[in-house]
Amino acid sequence: MRNFPPSWPGSARSRTGRAPLAWLLTLLLVLLMSSVAQAQTSADDDAVAIELLEALDAGSFPAKGRAIDAIVASDDPRARDWLQALLDGRLQRVEDGRFVVVIDNRGRDWPVADALTGEPLGEMSRRDLDRVGINNALRNQLRSAIAVVDLYSADLGLRRASAERLLGEVDADLADPLAEVIEGEEDPQVRRRLVQALAIHRLEQGEVAAVADLQGSLHPRVRVALNRAANGDDAVLADVARSALNDIEQLLKVNRAVETLYFGLSLGSVLVLAAIGLAITFGVMGVINMAHGELIMLGAYTTWMMQQLLPGQPGLALVLSVPVGFLVAGLAGIAIERGVIQFLKGRPLETLLATFGISLILQQLVRTVISPQNRTVISPEWMSGSIAINDALSLTLNRMVVIGFALAVFAGLMLIMRRTRLGLEVRAVTQNRAMARSMGIRATRVDILTFALGSGVAGLAGVALSQLTNVGPNLGQNYIIDSFMVVVFGGVGNLWGTLVAGLSLGVINQVLEPWAGAVLAKIIVLVFIILFIQKRPRGLFPQKGRAAEG
Amino acid sequence: MTLSHRKTLPLRPLIAALLSVSLLGAGAQALAQEDPIKVGILHSLSGTMAISETVLKDTVEMLVAKQNEQGGLLGRPLEAVVVDPASNWPLFAERARELLAQHEVDVVFGNWTSVSRKAVLPVFEELNGLLFYPVQYEGEESSENVFYTGAAPNQQAIPAVNYLHDEVGVERWVLAGTDYVYPRTTNRILEAYLQEEFGVAEEDILVNYTPFGHSDWQNIVAEIRRFGTEGKKTAVVSTINGDANVPFYRELANQGIDAADIPVVAFSVGEQELTGIDTGPLVGHLAAWNYFMSVDTDANYDFIDAWIEWTGDEEAVTNDPMEAHYIGFNMWAEAVRKAGTTDADAVKDAIIGVAVPNLTGGYAAMMPNHHITKPVLIGEIQDNGQFDIVWQTPSTVVGDAWSDFLPGSRDLIADWRAPMRCGNFNVATGSCGGSTAAEEAEAALAE
Repeated sequence: MRNFPPSWPGSARSRTGRAPLAWLLTLLLVLLMSSVAQAQTSADDDAVAIELLEALDAGSFPAKGRAIDAIVASDDPRARDWLQALLDGRLQRVEDGRFVVVIDNRGRDWPVADALTGEPLGEMSRRDLDRVGINNALRNQLRSAIAVVDLYSADLGLRRASAERLLGEVDADLADPLAEVIEGEEDPQVRRRLVQALAIHRLEQGEVAAVADLQGSLHPRVRVALNRAANGDDAVLADVARSALNDIEQLLKVNRAVETLYFGLSLGSVLVLAAIGLAITFGVMGVINMAHGELIMLGAYTTWMMQQLLPGQPGLALVLSVPVGFLVAGLAGIAIERGVIQFLKGRPLETLLATFGISLILQQLVRTVISPQNRTVISPEWMSGSIAINDALSLTLNRMVVIGFALAVFAGLMLIMRRTRLGLEVRAVTQNRAMARSMGIRATRVDILTFALGSGVAGLAGVALSQLTNVGPNLGQNYIIDSFMVVVFGGVGNLWGTLVAGLSLGVINQVLEPWAGAVLAKIIVLVFIILFIQKRPRGLFPQKGRAAEG
Repeated sequence: MTLSHRKTLPLRPLIAALLSVSLLGAGAQALAQEDPIKVGILHSLSGTMAISETVLKDTVEMLVAKQNEQGGLLGRPLEAVVVDPASNWPLFAERARELLAQHEVDVVFGNWTSVSRKAVLPVFEELNGLLFYPVQYEGEESSENVFYTGAAPNQQAIPAVNYLHDEVGVERWVLAGTDYVYPRTTNRILEAYLQEEFGVAEEDILVNYTPFGHSDWQNIVAEIRRFGTEGKKTAVVSTINGDANVPFYRELANQGIDAADIPVVAFSVGEQELTGIDTGPLVGHLAAWNYFMSVDTDANYDFIDAWIEWTGDEEAVTNDPMEAHYIGFNMWAEAVRKAGTTDADAVKDAIIGVAVPNLTGGYAAMMPNHHITKPVLIGEIQDNGQFDIVWQTPSTVVGDAWSDFLPGSRDLIADWRAPMRCGNFNVATGSCGGSTAAEEAEAALAE
């Protein structure tokens, strides 16, 4: 179940999804049909409606709040649409005083529809339109008002969202109707939420028995309410609330541990992704490639480019970016290897400087050719929001996908290195170049392919990172240090080492962060690695045997 | 006078003398007309800060072009001289010297980060140049050669906190920032202000710093969420800078922190920064600035249209530092007109008190402390990447160089007018800088 964004029908919050629009249409149809009975929206009705809308444009926010109440009370069939449009900032006024609903508010000219009739009016310039503005307080009020309307909806999804919304928002006026709704509600989830919502209201009224209904709930709003009661004047109530809070705290501790572990694994998977390509080029081939970060950046820009080529289909573009990003970064890798690195074999310092130069060139190239500004990479629906495990613990979807992706990339690489001829040749060349060549392996070709593979994997990392962080010219720089850190810590030349090192560094970092702060946590991890390398210079999983001496 | 004439040097004094005799000095003016007024632009076009600074370079170039269309200044054309300090702080000082000593520019528009401004400060003071600095900053500085057209803390941070406390009813505060001088100073001022003015208890303030370009916000956002469920209305005051904002806002959205529950008010996030984010889930989070692209005035629409035309990009956005350059440029032009010369000392004297229209429908005036008057606007993020203004100060606010909420700085004032001419005058001791006040303030900042 998605926790976020709360999807109201007709919500224009999602830039990509067309589904909400379809919802709006069906809803409109239903409303239209229901109003057919009353028929002929007469001039009188319109006059009343205009008056209601006029009040919305009253100027001060409190006055607008009263106008919203009036619309809710009016029972006008269009009320919900107006409230929704107002909530989305799409209810606007033309200079002649007419109210319109903006259908798409990007660009300089916007398509609009008449607010009263729903008739499309073509495009209008934003200069001629005045938005009926709202603030956070009104937004809250609107959401609650819409939730109250939706409480009676036939659609289960709407009712669930509505119940979720009403938690902590119930006032005296709503208490009685809510009790009735609870009686008639069949869905246990909606019912439980509504009972809690009502209980919070009862708690606010000082009713001690209400705490029983809230026992064990991890929902943040329940905690807010209990905390308020625990700090309140009523000593009896405060005691009961405090003991309920204690129970909740216990449960939350377990939650927090799981959450930290998840955060750690997710940070770790990012580290693994960024470092695994380097584990091949640096670890296996021994090439210090300072432009590794920029290969990651290329992968991220490929994602952006694909989304530009396939407008409106961010998900498909993202999936296609996986092979394309691999190819782009891989080809760039071949160019770097053929153009520079092959001439600097066995001269690590020169390689380091030359590739550092390449990284600067690539960065500036992106700045000049594309833009120094960050590019927007859209997250597809299935990667935004989070999965709610319980009321207090929800795991973010984009991170989860990245964890899975990192593991898949790792598994793929292991397969290539262990099960394919290329993998065999790579291992042979790195263990003893001269011997491998005398066995008929074309070492140069293996060099090219290995470097291309490592670079391509960096491109894959870029595709994944485009979902987590900025896509800009500096993207690569932020990951190059971390990547080397992980590879060295894990043991040069060992893919398993990279996986274990990346994940454990991620977890260590996230465990430290809450009490040390982000800056200090980073420093502690770095110091820890330095000390560790002093003790075990070959990392967690050193290569053994003769290959290690090579 | 063309170049070929210049080569025949011996003739020049003769011709000049003849002209001055026959035309009573009109010849000198004709000479001057050939010489363009040079406008230096000191913004990073490469490196980390290029993301923010390149648009400012374009803005000044556009303003120069517009001014030339209107016939230049004092009958002379303007010429933009662009250098690239490449986000490298020591290089800023070198490039500034290059502009002033080598190109002999008459004025410089530039810098973004405070550290780069501190780097060029000695150069401008030594060579007596003029610098217009367009970005909101931490205050605690007033130089004779610098004009601060961005907001001081009392023109951004303090009003924003007032709004949250008075209008939204916030009682618990998270001060989150990037780990460098601007957030640290601003948060110190805010902490002192919250405790003094609103009596906020220490446990109700959570301060958090993160490194530049921080990208893993999971833990911090989770902590904010927990901090916000203790029963009191909570808000986040963000001085997070630059790139780190995109992953921060993404994480906020993904963990479902709604602006209605825990609003985040940002001081460094403008339209430009939002172009990198899908703002759908961020609707309602706030920013405090002195200008928003959504300001509904004709002056603003004209500016936006000119900008879109100049960049050739339909989606181009404008932001607060751009408006600051717009104001600064017009102020400088007005001061030059008033002084009748581009001489630095004359312009410095002429510019104090100059008022030019801003883009929000009012006027900006240059004050004696080299800061300007600005309205403070609070905007809520909309799903189209714009801000909707929900609150603004009833009148413009005068920029305060020295904060009233820091020990060591509260007794200081800056006044660059004739008798005083001092950037850190101590009203308690009645002396300029001679007291330890400035060092105390520095020490207080260094903690």
